[in-house]
Amino acid sequence: MLKSWKVRIGLSILTFFVLLAVFGPVVGGDPRANDIQAISQAPSFQHLFGTTQFGQDVLAQTIAGARGSMLVGILAAVIGTLIAILVGVPAGYFGGAVDNGLNFLTNLFLVMPVLPLILIVAGYVQGTGPFVIALIIGLFGWSGGARTLRAQALSLSSRDFVLAMRMVGEPHRRLIFCEVLPHLTGWISAMFLHGMIGGVMAEAGLAFLGITDSGSISWGTMIQAAQQQSAVLRGLWWWFVPPGLCIALIGTAATLVNFGVDEVSNPKLRMARRSVVVRTRKVAEA
Amino acid sequence: MSQPVLEARAVSKHFAAGRSTVRAVEDATLALLPGRIVALVGESGSGKTTLARLLARFYAPTSGEIRLHGEAVQGKPREYYRAVQLIFQDPFGSLNPLHRVRYNLERAVKLHHAVRSKADLDEKVVELIERVSLAESYLDKFPHELSGGQRQRVVIARALAVEPKVLLGDEPISMLDVSIRLEMLNLLERLRAEDGLALLYITHDIASARYLCDDIVVMYAGRMVEGGPKEDVIADPLHPYTQLLIDSSPDPERGDRNNLFDAEDLGEPPSLIDPPSGCRFHPRCPVAMDICRTQAPPRTELTDGRWTHCWLQEKK
Ligand SMILES: Nc1ncnc2c1ncn2[C@@H]1O[C@H](COP(=O)(O)OP(=O)(O)OP(=O)(O)O)[C@@H](O)[C@H]1O
Ligand code: SF4
Ligand SMILES: [Mg+2]
Repeated sequence: MLKSWKVRIGLSILTFFVLLAVFGPVVGGDPRANDIQAISQAPSFQHLFGTTQFGQDVLAQTIAGARGSMLVGILAAVIGTLIAILVGVPAGYFGGAVDNGLNFLTNLFLVMPVLPLILIVAGYVQGTGPFVIALIIGLFGWSGGARTLRAQALSLSSRDFVLAMRMVGEPHRRLIFCEVLPHLTGWISAMFLHGMIGGVMAEAGLAFLGITDSGSISWGTMIQAAQQQSAVLRGLWWWFVPPGLCIALIGTAATLVNFGVDEVSNPKLRMARRSVVVRTRKVAEA
Repeated sequence: MSQPVLEARAVSKHFAAGRSTVRAVEDATLALLPGRIVALVGESGSGKTTLARLLARFYAPTSGEIRLHGEAVQGKPREYYRAVQLIFQDPFGSLNPLHRVRYNLERAVKLHHAVRSKADLDEKVVELIERVSLAESYLDKFPHELSGGQRQRVVIARALAVEPKVLLGDEPISMLDVSIRLEMLNLLERLRAEDGLALLYITHDIASARYLCDDIVVMYAGRMVEGGPKEDVIADPLHPYTQLLIDSSPDPERGDRNNLFDAEDLGEPPSLIDPPSGCRFHPRCPVAMDICRTQAPPRTELTDGRWTHCWLQEKK
């Protein structure tokens, strides 16, 4: 999988941003410091990315924003992926009544108008810091993943090796976690990446709509602040382009990685290869 | 004669396929005795795997019952699997590619034996792998590092950890290299002799059945057509289908004549969605009578434990 250049570039971009989120704020300046001498200045040597209306350094803000955005993205992905696993895999594995119940739940979340609901919930919850935002995004964003995992678990759990271990007396819990789940790692990591990117985007959207606490710094709140001060009309492009570009880059990285993951974990391709092997063997025998 | 360990009594299995029904197994009766090997012979699609999976309780029978130690089985199969283990047709599919051989055997041992220490566990695992004639070094390999025959041995070792009474082998050698098939058959033979296992050996090739088994049961299009001790059945087949099957299988003793026959001689197996009425073999039977077209032949018990489903024998 790492052989594909698409995957490598995509992962490099993501790694860059993760590193930026972790170490950036240590290196970068104080994103909240107001430099009264430099208000709404274009990029210069002093302020490489220019400054905002309030004299804050855009570079420092972008770096701090990476932390805010990535934190929400990763948290949302963890929550969403976990729920997807806990709902999707047992549904596919057990089938029957368990499946019906869990599938109903999944479909419910699948058809729910997510954005309005997020708006309502976010408006209702007191204090919308990064953790609450991530929780909301994760809670509303797992259903697609659960459906994919359900389908995969369904076909896996009737495979011979699962049946064989069941005959040996392996309990369901271990069959799910030790026999079925390890085969889904490709899907799960793809899902996690999806969730992360989706989380970053959703956070930006929510911030833009003014739902996130404006006290926390993320790419979303930056764009929102720029928007509020009509940066576009006033030609302060350096204020909103860096965070926007970062979001776009993350999106690109996700697409690139997905191409690679698809090639690796698409079971149809793999199955096709296996059946070809079996068929050729049969022909050779005959 | 001792009591059967595992019995199928008049079991049928119908699968729903869209709006139609696939009558994969119809009215099958079979008994497995300790220390005896029964071969189930039939061409592809005759319902052998379906019957094996019924016996392994992967499906519930549409009608009829499975009996273990003389009692009809019901409820959760956990206890059942202490007595009955199935070896799958495809050794490439029945080991999880992500687990080493050791993991498979250790899990089986832990689930079925009280192991006191790591040393104890190791000892049992080594014992198992040696029973299937594999060296200890194979324990730390992944399935993809093994040949088909070696995998099938590991699968058998894992099943043996359970110390079952019955081993069901669903064409255990059909996907193996010709060169190692004989070894596998000898391994099965040894298990029967050492452990007194009751063995069901499923195959589509009558030559390997002839080599291994004590009794033979022939299936055609989901129905059993004939059964009995192997020498008698092979030397003097009573059912026209068995005759065809034996005639078309290569037999070194009968010389070249058989090369004239090949699988095509057996013709197309009938559809199981809409099987022929009466005897399912009647469209191809050279001696079919009127009654064959309308009524399914009942089981006719003959001498020496032989039986058949054919109007010819019933009429006599
Ligand atoms: N789960 C299922 N659903 C529907 N039809 C099935 C199912 N399993 C088996 N069948 C059908 O039942 C029939 C008997 O199949 P089975 O696998 O038992 O044959 P077999 O004797 O084992 O053949 P082979 O020698 O090719 O393994 C076939 O026509 C098959 O298509
Ligand atoms: S019952 Fe009739 S059709 Fe069937 S095998 Fe016997 S003679 Fe042939
Ligand atoms: Mg089969």
